[in-house]
Amino acid sequence: MAERIVVDPVTRIEGHLRIEAEIKDGKIVDAFSSSTMVRGIEQIVKGRDPRDVWAFVQRTCGVCTTVHALASVRSVEDALDIQIPPNAEMVRNIMEGTLYMHDHVVHFYHLHALDWVDVVNALKADSKKTSEIAQSISNWPKSSPGYFSDIKRRITKFVESGQLGIFANGYWGHKQMKLPPEVNLLAVAHYLEALQWQKEIVKVHTIFGGKNPHPNYLVGGMACAINTEDPGGINAERLAMVGKLIKEGKQFIDQVYIPDLLAIASFYKDWGAIGKGFGNYMSYGDFPTNGYSDMSNFKFPQGVILNRDLSKVHDVDHRGDQIEEFVNNSWYENYAEGQDKGRHPWEGETSIKYSGPKPPYEHLNVEEKYSFIKTPRWKGLPMEVGPLARLLVGYGRGNKEIQDAVNAALAHLDVPVDALFSTLGRTAARGIETQLVANWTQDFYNTLLNNIKNGDERMANTENWEPSTWPKEAKGVGFMEAPRGALAHWIKIKDKKTENYQLVVPSTWNASPRDPKGQRSAYESTLIGTPIADPELPLEIIRTIHSFDPCIACAVHLYDEHGKHISQVQNISSCDI
Amino acid sequence: MNYNNDVKKTYYESIIENGYSRRDFMKFSAFIAAYMGLESTMIGQVAKALETTHRLPVIWEHFQECTCCSESFIRSDHPIVADIILDKISLDYTLTLMAASGHQAEAAKRETMEKYKGEYILCVEGSIPLGDDGNYCCIAGRSAKDLLIEAAEGAKAIIAWGSCASNGCVQSAKPNPTKATPIHKIIKNKPIIRVPGCPPIGEVMAGIIVHVVTFGRLPELDRLGRPKAFYAKRVHDSCYRRPYYDAGLFAETFDDQNAKKGYCLYKLGCKGPTTYNSCGTIKWNNGVSYPIQSGHGCIGCSEAGFWDAGPFYERVTNIPGIREEGVADDFGKIAAGVLAGGIAVHAASAAISKRKEVANRIKRGKSNEQNIES
Repeated sequence: MAERIVVDPVTRIEGHLRIEAEIKDGKIVDAFSSSTMVRGIEQIVKGRDPRDVWAFVQRTCGVCTTVHALASVRSVEDALDIQIPPNAEMVRNIMEGTLYMHDHVVHFYHLHALDWVDVVNALKADSKKTSEIAQSISNWPKSSPGYFSDIKRRITKFVESGQLGIFANGYWGHKQMKLPPEVNLLAVAHYLEALQWQKEIVKVHTIFGGKNPHPNYLVGGMACAINTEDPGGINAERLAMVGKLIKEGKQFIDQVYIPDLLAIASFYKDWGAIGKGFGNYMSYGDFPTNGYSDMSNFKFPQGVILNRDLSKVHDVDHRGDQIEEFVNNSWYENYAEGQDKGRHPWEGETSIKYSGPKPPYEHLNVEEKYSFIKTPRWKGLPMEVGPLARLLVGYGRGNKEIQDAVNAALAHLDVPVDALFSTLGRTAARGIETQLVANWTQDFYNTLLNNIKNGDERMANTENWEPSTWPKEAKGVGFMEAPRGALAHWIKIKDKKTENYQLVVPSTWNASPRDPKGQRSAYESTLIGTPIADPELPLEIIRTIHSFDPCIACAVHLYDEHGKHISQVQNISSCDI
Repeated sequence: MNYNNDVKKTYYESIIENGYSRRDFMKFSAFIAAYMGLESTMIGQVAKALETTHRLPVIWEHFQECTCCSESFIRSDHPIVADIILDKISLDYTLTLMAASGHQAEAAKRETMEKYKGEYILCVEGSIPLGDDGNYCCIAGRSAKDLLIEAAEGAKAIIAWGSCASNGCVQSAKPNPTKATPIHKIIKNKPIIRVPGCPPIGEVMAGIIVHVVTFGRLPELDRLGRPKAFYAKRVHDSCYRRPYYDAGLFAETFDDQNAKKGYCLYKLGCKGPTTYNSCGTIKWNNGVSYPIQSGHGCIGCSEAGFWDAGPFYERVTNIPGIREEGVADDFGKIAAGVLAGGIAVHAASAAISKRKEVANRIKRGKSNEQNIES
């Protein structure tokens, strides 16, 4: 009989995720992914000024901060037919590009690395050998034996203090930890360096958006007016700082992140055959260079790949009936037409209805509804989204830049193309695209400078700012590629107010429960067949789940057209009185 | 807060071992002192405390939140502050960063709750959903409310990070579908430091932790439980665009000529006049900018109920019910009240009081600096 194990909380992610897995003969035979927290943001934005909504939905997530704000302003601009100035497009691209750089590096070192790197084992390292390894894979200057011996001494003292802090009860000494002590030490050193580094690159957001996390966006463009002759505007000093931050960010990615990724991956090539999943991949496409409506000029192309067949890429349509969401296994009231029916997000209607076990509980009842995440499908099929999906779609579309980058990584690791469809492939794809995006971000920056040089200083289009200029009814979609994958917001505007608002986010696609046909979504699907060395310490589950970079607060949402929900509290005039 | 473990290093020892000089250490102490608004005579005490204090156990809970507070915290930028926070407190439980998952993570928390009962600091990020018996947020099969009450029981003090834990934030905006509730409505028998903001500024978060670690007591709080050092001033009072407000020069629309000149954003809905925070002084991400400097009005994210006090792009013409138990101080009441009457009758007294305070702080900072140099 299968043994059911539970991982809750899954840590080093955003949000609250629970995995229940059934293990038989040392392998996972079934898995259930559940999110156990809900807030109801979509309901909260109903009836509000559409120009304000970006700020509410931005708070969906503080890790992938900005992506929901961007998707939101795009949805409103799409609905109201607002074209943003080229400078605003570039500033948004630069902010999104630097988010990718930040997010992927932080994911690799601070959220994912401790699945592969044994911090305690690093104490056995020979600092001189670590230095030799470091210098053989990169020309990053911090690589002397003395540097690594200082780090080692620091970690030793930390461990000897007996207060292990965030490293307490980690998977140290686990059979699946395969790095030699020297590589562990290298990774620990860079864990600490990346922690210092990450707070620099976000300053690009601070310059254009005033703060990070949660920089400010604006329907119609950006609020950071350009004025090269005034201390109050985006001037030469501000732009020079952006340029420097992008350059230094790219340096760290090229000289630390990528060499580390390839070095660590080379010890875990067996993970190129684990975590495969169903093999459907979807990308909405992103980084416009000629306006949001011209998808042919996006840096990441849109498309769908089925059954790992890279020779055919299908088109994605956000407005037709391709995309639907189901609630058959989610803690919401069923749709009126039945629990096996899905709805396009513009028509979505849901109300929270928790029907899981009463806490405290040991196990979820997976025979019934078991998650606050809904289940989206493309033409009825489950899709994996994220960096791997983006690269595969780009590859399939014949994008030479993407093909070259993927081929180079495969050649370096000496693994076949098939290894991409895996836990290792997902983690590698994240690194490969970070380099691409860092290059593009520099291009966006140069384009911005050129525009300004040529006399274009527009940053916002306010022609349709006043609600009096809006049609009585309008609807729009704001789609993009967030670092974690395909993201879209659908808005309906009526009488100058938000009539309906819905998010389908990357982790909704990946982390959802199964659909009415019993098809598993990506997390559940990729866990099947994974060997588990020690059910008490199921590190392997964490590895595959982390390869998706889960963002669970994003994935959970509630939207309710008729105010039907279980909670009785309706008359709170202000949240805290 | 001595844990009878002589292998534990003090801040001072660790800093020296990490290659910083005695002088760096003293500068850091002076910075922390100035940061907290302390007199220069207090620097010695700060330094002494940092030299002798061991690592303070911290449990950091995540409930209904978006993790922006954790993200902001790791952005804390000033020299060695990030090192201190990561190396010098013992962050024994945090879903965002800890290596262990599942039952191992919970075991780490339990160990700290038992071993350091009455001594650990509980940090809370996120609100507590009280709707439907607390079913809207569960971790390890237990409700957020249950987990909060348990962790609060043995805590020395509680820090409510951000607007979620302090005020309920976005999920508590109308109609508050999950009945999201700030923690002070649930925990009544423990000191709670409320650190509102969405998120709070990273250096403010670090500063508060350093204060607790250094002095072994909480910073002085205002009537709303907020540290006075960071929430005593309105954003409006420390805004570099304030002279434009006083002169009646305003941006009329985004990206117009006045916006390009950096004129005041009041008419575009800036909530600086009703928002208490340090954005204008400390600024964001090591002082790079803050929302107004980057052309967008303040949305008031550190005020209770700010989500329902909008719309964001409409100017403040009255004082909405955005504060819970009256205003933070009388000065604020006067200034805000006058503002309600219109821009023209702006309170001169507010400006004078502000300038005096700023001048005093500058003076204090300068004398601190001199003491270090000598």
